[in-house]
Amino acid sequence: MNNQTSTAPLNYLNHQTGLWSWLSSSDHKRIGLLYFYCIVTFFLSAAVLGLLMKIEKVAPGQTIMTAQTYNAMFTLHGIIMIFIVVIPGLAAVFGNLMLPIMIGAKDVAFPKLNLFSFYLFFGGACLALYSQFANGHAPDTGWTFYVPYSAEASSNVVLALTAAFTLGFASILTGLNFIVTIHTMRAPGMTWFRMPLFPWSLYATAWIQLLATPVVGITLLMVIAERTLHVGFFDPKLGGDPVLYQHLFWIYSHPAVYVMILPAMGVVTEIFPTFSQKPVFGYVPIALSSLAIALVGYFVWGHHMFTSGMSYESRWFFSLLTFLVAIPSAIKVFNWLSTMYGGSVDLQPPLLYAISFIFLFTIGGFTGLTLGAVATDIQVHNTDFVVAHFHYIIFGGMGFGFFAAIHYWFPKIYGRLYHIRWANIGWGILFTGFNLLYFPMFIMGIQGMPRRYYDYDPKFQLGQTISTIGAVILFIGLITMISNLIYHAKKGALAPANPWHGVTLEWQIPSPPPHENFDEIPVITKGPYVFDNPYTK
Amino acid sequence: MSTTEHNSHNAHSEHSEYIDSDTGKMGMWLFLFTEIFLFGGLFIVYAVMRSKYGEDFHQAALELNAFIGATNTVVLLVSSMTVAMSLTAIQKDQKNLAIGLIFFTILLAGVFLVNKYFEYGHKFSLNLYPGSDVMRNLPHGEIMFFGLYFLMTGLHLFHVVVGGILLTIIIFKIKSGRINKEHFLLHENGALYWHLVDLIWIFLFPLLYLIT
Repeated sequence: MNNQTSTAPLNYLNHQTGLWSWLSSSDHKRIGLLYFYCIVTFFLSAAVLGLLMKIEKVAPGQTIMTAQTYNAMFTLHGIIMIFIVVIPGLAAVFGNLMLPIMIGAKDVAFPKLNLFSFYLFFGGACLALYSQFANGHAPDTGWTFYVPYSAEASSNVVLALTAAFTLGFASILTGLNFIVTIHTMRAPGMTWFRMPLFPWSLYATAWIQLLATPVVGITLLMVIAERTLHVGFFDPKLGGDPVLYQHLFWIYSHPAVYVMILPAMGVVTEIFPTFSQKPVFGYVPIALSSLAIALVGYFVWGHHMFTSGMSYESRWFFSLLTFLVAIPSAIKVFNWLSTMYGGSVDLQPPLLYAISFIFLFTIGGFTGLTLGAVATDIQVHNTDFVVAHFHYIIFGGMGFGFFAAIHYWFPKIYGRLYHIRWANIGWGILFTGFNLLYFPMFIMGIQGMPRRYYDYDPKFQLGQTISTIGAVILFIGLITMISNLIYHAKKGALAPANPWHGVTLEWQIPSPPPHENFDEIPVITKGPYVFDNPYTK
Repeated sequence: MSTTEHNSHNAHSEHSEYIDSDTGKMGMWLFLFTEIFLFGGLFIVYAVMRSKYGEDFHQAALELNAFIGATNTVVLLVSSMTVAMSLTAIQKDQKNLAIGLIFFTILLAGVFLVNKYFEYGHKFSLNLYPGSDVMRNLPHGEIMFFGLYFLMTGLHLFHVVVGGILLTIIIFKIKSGRINKEHFLLHENGALYWHLVDLIWIFLFPLLYLIT
């Protein structure tokens, strides 16, 4: 073994080999990669479902599938994308891969629990798939499982609910692990305000995961009890209240939006200083605005229910709080732009993704305010406008954040470089396709195109066709991007330890990192974004 | 970049047998928060339904036997005390006393389960369970009350059983010496969990039994 190590040092990818060494490893980096492969697979399959739905809508009337199939498809698309891809996505993949390294630790606080969460996640994901193909019909309730339909539908709703419950439990345990890791395992000298901002965003995220997920857990259990035991909490015939379900559901599911977006914000906060070679502008406001978003985001759930029957006062209250969340988000956007201002900007693929993140997130954010205002919300509620809005936030925000992250840390994870030109081309196709696909939906939504319909009035023909063309382009972009990454993960040029001249800890160790991350735990004496150039002084 | 040190990854697994006590306890506390939030969802439903059907809740609660409820409260309170005493015993290196006290705790958990069995059995003999014909014809508020009664106490019961299993594991680990005077993290966390089971009952008891 020593002969081998003298030429190529062992790293976490090759220090042990064989499938079992991966499936049983409690190394945070390997677990991160397991999540990564799982999540990308699920993402691609759900993206295909999305593409099929768009093809159905290329012309009015039935094109390639029946209404029932369409209902099952958007349900499966939603369940996979939300519960399996977007909620765990960045935290479980890049949180696991990078968090311990960035705070100078050898692993997370509870490595075995981490592996256990992965298997819970995997089990939940399999169960979600099984619910589609088991006897009976695939669930057709939409990912929100609204009662009374979810309590009465004859499809496999209980299986899908159990899957969501299991995935939620995995998410709780990951959040718990990260909170304890950040509290107890930072390297000596790394005070809270010397911690990089990606860990800060993971910290805020983890608290939401921990405190909001149990509420949806018990809510899903109540729907299961509703279906199997007929307890009737949400059934008006027995004295229950269907709107109560919506409250309980959104008490979790709105904060869950911040579980999706906060880590993406953290990723781009790492990327801007590195590719501007300049300290991040407003470190403390960025760190604290993550916590502010997490805190205020907890109290805005009612804005999903402006049309469901709520008092005037509560609509007023939730609308106001919704507007307040925009403030910390805007602080971040301001800080990212200011970080680039006057820096030596190097327009590499990660930065392209990060800049388009700002662009798409801002559109998504502003349309979010349109939805947060009671009067306009009543006009566009349950239309394509809402669908366009949350795809701009979730796909344009979290999705592009994810792509930014993989292009940023790819050399560190695999020790290889991808092809820059192809990455740029992939980004261009993806970005064009994205806007062609979703922007027309804003317009059609305002014109009254309802969401979740497989058919439409012929007057929407033009917009729908543009949207479908956008979907095809987007898909080509995805394939371009992914094939570039897959090919170069094995065949790319060897990456140096620090290809982007980053200054956070992960760039100070070899690529790929050794199994134990650090030979010696580093001692931190300065803030995270100190660059060796005039800006630092 | 040194090459020899990479072979030392075994050091990692040697450490993991005992997690640092502060770290482990913090993890447990956070987990207990999530448990409270889990029950919190049910407490919200309870609050909404009771404010809507106050009178029906009063009527339905008359069906519950406050004596058995009170007995179970005392049983759980005492068991919380014995599990805390067992932790002090292990810290003082009194292995047998610790095992005896945990055993007594599990015994009390058993008493709780037996009482619960009679309570549930009584309800079932009256056909008072969710989905039954008798239940369907009750006033709406009473349906809600019994639904909540079964779901809340049922979920709590599940926690009692899990706690009992955890305590049994702790007994075996004390016997094998893996829990000892220096390393009692699992014991401490098990006791914390048991206190949570007790705490939740402290809230369930008045909310369900004492509102007549």
